[in-house]
Amino acid sequence: MRLQYPPNIRIVRVPCSGKVDLIHILHAFEKGADGVCVLACLEGDCHFNNGNLMARRRVEQAQEILNSIGIGGERAQMYNLSASEGPRFAQYVTEFTEKIKDLGPNPVKLAKNKAA
Amino acid sequence: MIVADRKPIEEIIGYLKDHKNILVLGCNECVTVCEAGGKKEVGVLASALRMHAKKEGNEVKIDEVTLERQCDREYLDEIRDSIDQYDAVVSLACGVGVQFTAEQYHSTPVYPGVNTCFMGATEKRGLWTERCQGCGQCILATTGSICPVARCAKRLFNGPCGGSTDGKCEINAEVDCAWQLIIDRLKALDRLDEYEKLCPLKDWSTDRAGGPRKVVREDVQQ
Repeated sequence: MRLQYPPNIRIVRVPCSGKVDLIHILHAFEKGADGVCVLACLEGDCHFNNGNLMARRRVEQAQEILNSIGIGGERAQMYNLSASEGPRFAQYVTEFTEKIKDLGPNPVKLAKNKAA
Repeated sequence: MIVADRKPIEEIIGYLKDHKNILVLGCNECVTVCEAGGKKEVGVLASALRMHAKKEGNEVKIDEVTLERQCDREYLDEIRDSIDQYDAVVSLACGVGVQFTAEQYHSTPVYPGVNTCFMGATEKRGLWTERCQGCGQCILATTGSICPVARCAKRLFNGPCGGSTDGKCEINAEVDCAWQLIIDRLKALDRLDEYEKLCPLKDWSTDRAGGPRKVVREDVQQ
């Protein structure tokens, strides 16, 4: 299965999506990420019962904050898939990358580069 | 504990628009428990403020500190050496902490980062409810440990009003009638005779009606 997906994504592995805190998502944007997507197990399939549900709520919190500071909540996204679904992983990250390309670069990064 | 809720980020951004060196100051006590102003929330707010400033092209320095408490001088002293670097503080403590910080540091504006709501309990994560209004004359001994001052919309002392229906208050069908709770509890404790006793007029001078209050304990003063 030689699947292709965009090379410009950076994968951060965590033991469970429940490990992803709001501050991790915000720090990624602060450091210049154009988008952050959390890929979690299917709802109801969490080995720790509700890690993916907590992740979803945190992504929603991040979206709210990004909207209120004018960066755009759609830059943070949540996807659910099973660990064995390689093709779906490739499909989701391709979709997400295209979406972020349409939105353009992170305004924080642009301002930082301009200042430098 | 004192329960607070988050303030909209836009409101905080509005306070800070003329400041360049900002300290976001958290509190490790009540506001940490109600997830409004602890170390974690300090990190989130500071990160959001930094991103907003960068996006707007403003050179702003935003630091994060969380004190054990903001309502005691010894903990507030921990920022005495560094406070001069900042031209504003956003305090995520309750209203007490905000005011006490401002009293210690006269020349630095201190802005509130949360809305202080009430004294309450954690029913479950994400749900806090009011239990006490600090009236200064506790009557819980006679009311089955349920407070009609904090929990009855009319602060009645001798049984429910006519608006009590099916155990709910007339102000909102989701609000329990405090007097129904009191009667049920006294019944369960087999102390309904307490309910028969008339509660005399309450001295409200120890409540907010008497102006700002203080507790003086000369026996423990130094």
